[in-house]
Amino acid sequence: MSGRTFTLDGQPVPFTEGETVMEAALAAGVYIPHLCYRPGYGHHGSCKVCTVAIDGHNAASCTTRAREGMAVETATPELADMRRALVEMLFVEGNHTCPACEKSGECELQAVAYHIGMAAPRFDFFFPARDLDASHPDVILDRNRCILCELCVRASRDVDGKNVFAIGGRGIRARLIVNAASGRLGDTDLAKDDAAVRVCPVGAILRKGDAYTKPVGQRTFDLRPIAAVAIEEARRERERRRG
Amino acid sequence: MAAPLETASDPERLRRVAIEPVTRVEGHGKVTLLLDEANRVRQARFHIVEFRGFEKFVQGRPYWEVPVMVQRLCGICPVSHHLAGGKAVDMLAGATALTPTAEKMRRLLHFGQILQSHALHFFHLSSPDLLFGFDAPVERRSVFAVAAEFPDIAKKGILLRKYGQEVIRVTAGKRVHGSLVVPGGVNKRLSPQERDYLLADIDRTVEWSAEAVAIARRLYEEGRARHNGFAAFPSPLLSLVRDDGALDLYHGGLRARGADGATLFDHEDYATYWELLHEVVKPWSYMKFPFLRALGPDAGWYRVGPLARLWNCDFVPTPRAEAERRALLDFEGGATRAATLAYHWARMIEMLHAAEGIRALLADPDLLQGELVVKGERRYRGVGVIEAPRGTLIHHYRINEDDQIVRCNLIVSTTHNNEAMNEAVRRVAERYLDGRELTEGLLNHIEVAIRAYDPCLSCATHALGQMPLAVELRDATGAAVDRLTRDADGGVRRG
Repeated sequence: MSGRTFTLDGQPVPFTEGETVMEAALAAGVYIPHLCYRPGYGHHGSCKVCTVAIDGHNAASCTTRAREGMAVETATPELADMRRALVEMLFVEGNHTCPACEKSGECELQAVAYHIGMAAPRFDFFFPARDLDASHPDVILDRNRCILCELCVRASRDVDGKNVFAIGGRGIRARLIVNAASGRLGDTDLAKDDAAVRVCPVGAILRKGDAYTKPVGQRTFDLRPIAAVAIEEARRERERRRG
Repeated sequence: MAAPLETASDPERLRRVAIEPVTRVEGHGKVTLLLDEANRVRQARFHIVEFRGFEKFVQGRPYWEVPVMVQRLCGICPVSHHLAGGKAVDMLAGATALTPTAEKMRRLLHFGQILQSHALHFFHLSSPDLLFGFDAPVERRSVFAVAAEFPDIAKKGILLRKYGQEVIRVTAGKRVHGSLVVPGGVNKRLSPQERDYLLADIDRTVEWSAEAVAIARRLYEEGRARHNGFAAFPSPLLSLVRDDGALDLYHGGLRARGADGATLFDHEDYATYWELLHEVVKPWSYMKFPFLRALGPDAGWYRVGPLARLWNCDFVPTPRAEAERRALLDFEGGATRAATLAYHWARMIEMLHAAEGIRALLADPDLLQGELVVKGERRYRGVGVIEAPRGTLIHHYRINEDDQIVRCNLIVSTTHNNEAMNEAVRRVAERYLDGRELTEGLLNHIEVAIRAYDPCLSCATHALGQMPLAVELRDATGAAVDRLTRDADGGVRRG
C-alpha cells in the first residue's frame, strides 16, 4: 500500500501507481457500471458507460489513471441519466430481444440495464437488419446483439493470438467482421474454447449446445447482481496477476 | 364453397352490427353481423383482427431458440408452445426417446399448465355467463360479481389456478415464460424441497377440481334443454390418443372420428400430419381454416379441445376423471357430443385429470434423479404435437445445414376450431338473433358460444405474405366503388 488516495463520492479510495480509477474502485469494492472493460483484457474506453466526473470533467474511469487527491464522482443524477441514455442507445441500435435470448440471465448488457434502473428506452428502436452467422460448427455469431465493445477483438488478438475479429465500417454501419475471405465465421480458425468466445458480454458470440441449460433462478445474474460479480472478477484478476 | 350465412350476396345494402372486441377471451377478435331491414341475419362472421407473424420471424434463428421464443406467442398458455416447439426440436436434435426424468418433468409442467388454464377459463372468464345467465346485466357478468355472490367458488377457482401456476414456476423457473425444455430433454429435475412444496396442496387441489366438475355438471344439467341445443352441431373430432387409446395430453398418435362417431383414422404418426390435414385461407380473417384432407374443405372441418378429446379417447387414465368422463358421455344418450356448451363440463373433467396426474407424478422418484438430456444425430425436419388446453397444437420446422430455421408452420389449437366457432356464431345468430331487435344480452349469446371454445386468438395468426385480403373503397352512401383482392399466391387483382 503506497498510501496514495483519491476520493470517490467523498470517500477515500486507495490506489497504486498506474491503476485506473476503475481498477482502484473495484479493488475498494465500489462498482462503476461498464461494458467494454473486463479485468485482464486491456483498456478500451469505447462504451463510455463507466464515465465519471473527475474534478468537474467527465472521463471514462476505465482509461483514466488515478491521481493523488483527485475528486471523482459517480453517483450523481446527471451521470446516472447519462448512463441510462447510453445503455438505452445500445438497446435501440441493435435487436436485443431479451425474452428469447439464450444469454438472458448471463448477459452483462441486461444486467447493467437492471443495475442502472433502465425501464424502457426513451429513443425509437432502429430495428436494423443484421445477420446471423451460424456457419461455424461450434460457435454462432449473432450481430443483432453485438454492442461493438471489441472485447472479442482484444481477446482473439491478445489472448488467443489469432486475430479472428475486427470492427469494419464506420458510424452506424460499423459491424463485427471476421478474418476470412468468405466473411464466414466457419472459415476462420476460431475454436469454441477460445477466450474470444467466452469473453462476449452479450449474446453475440455463443457456443452451440449451451443454450438454456442453466435453469431460470440459477443463472449468473439470478444469483448475484452484476456489481458483486464484477467486484469478484476484478479480485480474481488481481490474484492471478500476483501469481 | 361458403357455408350458409358466411357471405351475403348484397352486403352493401345490409346493416352492420359488430361485437368488437369479443370479451373474456384471450387475444383480439370481433364478430360482424349483416342484417336486412327486417332484422334477418344475412351474414355472420367471427374475425381475428390481430396479427402475430411468428411463422415468419423465427426464420433464420437457431433451432434451439424455438422452445423459448415461441412461448412468447401467449401469456395464457406459453407452456404449450414451449412443449410443442420442444418436441419438434427434439426431433431436429435426433433425440428419439427422452430420459424418464425429462419426460416426466415435461408432463408435470404440462399438467400444471392444463390446470391453471382450465381454471382461468372456467372461473374467471366463463362462470359469470353460467352462474348469472347469458343475458344478465353486463355489470354482473364478471369475475368480480362471482366473487361477491359466490365467494367460495371464486376463491377456490383463484387458488386452483394459483396451484397450477406454482407447478409451472417450480418446474420452469417462472410462472409465465420460464424455461425447462432444451433439445433432447430438460434443464432441471425437482429437488426434494420443491416436490414437498407441491405435495403440500395437491390433495386439496384434487378435491377442489372434483368440486369444479360437479359445478360444471350441475349447471349443464339444470339448463339441459338449452345447453344441449345451444350452438350444437355434429362435426368430426380430432385429438392425440395414447397407444392404448387413453387420453394423453403430452404425446400420442392422431385420431379423428367423423360426425357420426366412426373412426376416420387412428394412431397416425403426427410427424406427417400434412397427409391428413390441410388448411384454406379466407379473405376476411387472419386465421386459417384447417380441414381433414380426406373429407375436403367443406365437410372436413372439425373440432379439437376438451370435449373432442374426451369423446375421442377410449378412457382417461386417472380414475376420478374417467368416472366423470363416463357421466359426460352417457348424459341423455350422448347429447353432449355435439353441444358447444359441454366444453365447459369437459374442461373441468380434464382439470381433475391434471390434478390427479400431478399427484401421481409427485410420487415418482424419477422427478428427483436421473439423466436430463439425450443426444442424437441432427435432422432437418422436426414436428412436435401436444394436446394444449385448447386442443391439438402442431409445430413444424425445417432447418438448414447451419441449424437455422428456414420454414415454420404452426397450426394452433384455436385455428383448428376456427370453422367450428364460425358455425357456432352462425347457429346462435340464426336461432336467437334472427328477426329480433338486438340487445346487448342477445349479442352476448354469440360471445358465450365463442367463449365455450376458450379461443386464444393471439396464438392463431402467423402466416405472412400469403394471407388473402380484400380492400373495398366505398362512397359516402356506403356503395362499393372499387375493390382490390390479393389472392393466396400474392397476386393482386381488381374486383
